[in-house]
Amino acid sequence: MGYAIEFQDVTKTFRGAGRPAADHVDFAADEGEFITILGSSGCGKTTLLKMVNRLYEPDSGKITLFGTDISTMDVVKVRRRIGYVIQQIGLFPHFTVGENIAIVPRLLKWEKEKVDARVEELLELIGLEPEEYKNRYPAQLSGGQQQRVGLARALAADPKILLMDEPFGAIDSITRIKLQDELLGLHRGMEKTVLFVTHDIEEALKMGTRVMIMNEGKIVQFDVPENIIRNPADGFVKSLVESAKAKEQFWERFQ
Amino acid sequence: MWEQIIAYFEMNSERYFLMLGEHIRISLCSLAIAVVIGGLVGVFCAGRYRIQSVAVPVFGTLRIVPSLAVLLLMLPILGTGMIPAVAALALLAIPPVLMNTISGLESVPEAVLETAKGLGMEQSEIWKKVRFPLALPLILTGIKTAAVEIIASATLAAKIGAGGLGDIIFTGIGLFRTELLLIGGLSVAALSVLTGVLFGLLEKAMLRYRNI
Repeated sequence: MGYAIEFQDVTKTFRGAGRPAADHVDFAADEGEFITILGSSGCGKTTLLKMVNRLYEPDSGKITLFGTDISTMDVVKVRRRIGYVIQQIGLFPHFTVGENIAIVPRLLKWEKEKVDARVEELLELIGLEPEEYKNRYPAQLSGGQQQRVGLARALAADPKILLMDEPFGAIDSITRIKLQDELLGLHRGMEKTVLFVTHDIEEALKMGTRVMIMNEGKIVQFDVPENIIRNPADGFVKSLVESAKAKEQFWERFQ
Repeated sequence: MWEQIIAYFEMNSERYFLMLGEHIRISLCSLAIAVVIGGLVGVFCAGRYRIQSVAVPVFGTLRIVPSLAVLLLMLPILGTGMIPAVAALALLAIPPVLMNTISGLESVPEAVLETAKGLGMEQSEIWKKVRFPLALPLILTGIKTAAVEIIASATLAAKIGAGGLGDIIFTGIGLFRTELLLIGGLSVAALSVLTGVLFGLLEKAMLRYRNI
């Protein structure tokens, strides 16, 4: 089977851009890993993510999922097998919560009973009472609830791979910490490979089994959180770690 | 005055309903053409800013030309009767449909379209289930504006022999009979208001999901 996700020398340059958004990116993720991708805006982390579900196509290099080159697969089929969550959530405002979650199962032509059962199961999983929330519209939910539904929608067809693009970026810090813990709990209970993009170093270190740090389209360091903190690969990573430490010191002043 | 109006209906109710029918038929035909052309051009223009910068001013200019002028300009081209009237009215009604189709389609949030794609929807499914339904309320507003404009301007169609409620009004002007002016004018006004209300209800029903 090989790795769950593997990038082999992948490069992508957008038209009119001075430098590649992804510059000879090479990495592999084992099944079940939770990989956080950290970097400042414009570093190429979102580009990297969107190449996995082929919203962007690389200029060169190869991306494989469980050993299969995705460029040889039907693009729509690839996407239906990958869960996708973005910061703006992207719930369909004219669909109810239940219909939003049911999108991929319906695209896959599941039977109605199976879809209904799955919707209820997922609503319970994300802590929203099915009877109460199934028929609501997204506008009737709080931001945190909407992002929970976004997550449930991504998990609906039980994908092996989950892509998350700053999913908690627009959510208040109390809810964010709660959602982070819930996601970690969920991840522990399932064999899913997660790529999780964030620009928050604390989030990256907390969530990731391994953390990938990107700068100017290149992977600067890809390692377990402890090693990132102990042995920063270069000045950029060091400054990131120090920024987190500085924040901590700020709080210590008040103790 | 009241008696005169009643007398008119006693004598001419058949003719009145004939003209009312003509008015509605002219309006519906023009609206249908405007919706098809405005809608198609709008779908084509949405997201294509270079084409928009040409198409929108062209149709926008058409809108500035007074309805009567357009109607009369149709005379040498298409002659008299219903066809030139429908053509002229359709021309007048295209801009609101076009503009609102464009803004409706462009108002669909990029994030929603991207997730639709990311979830594995085909282009056709994205249009059918996401893009079009979300744009529809604004498109409907455009159609409502067009419909109300057409109903009002269709009155002038009588000038080029297309019939409709304008006939009653112009006869009233010619014969100096106020009751005819009232009957014609109020009928057109009622038709416009009714259309506006109907479309308003439709829009409200479609936007239910936004504010429950």
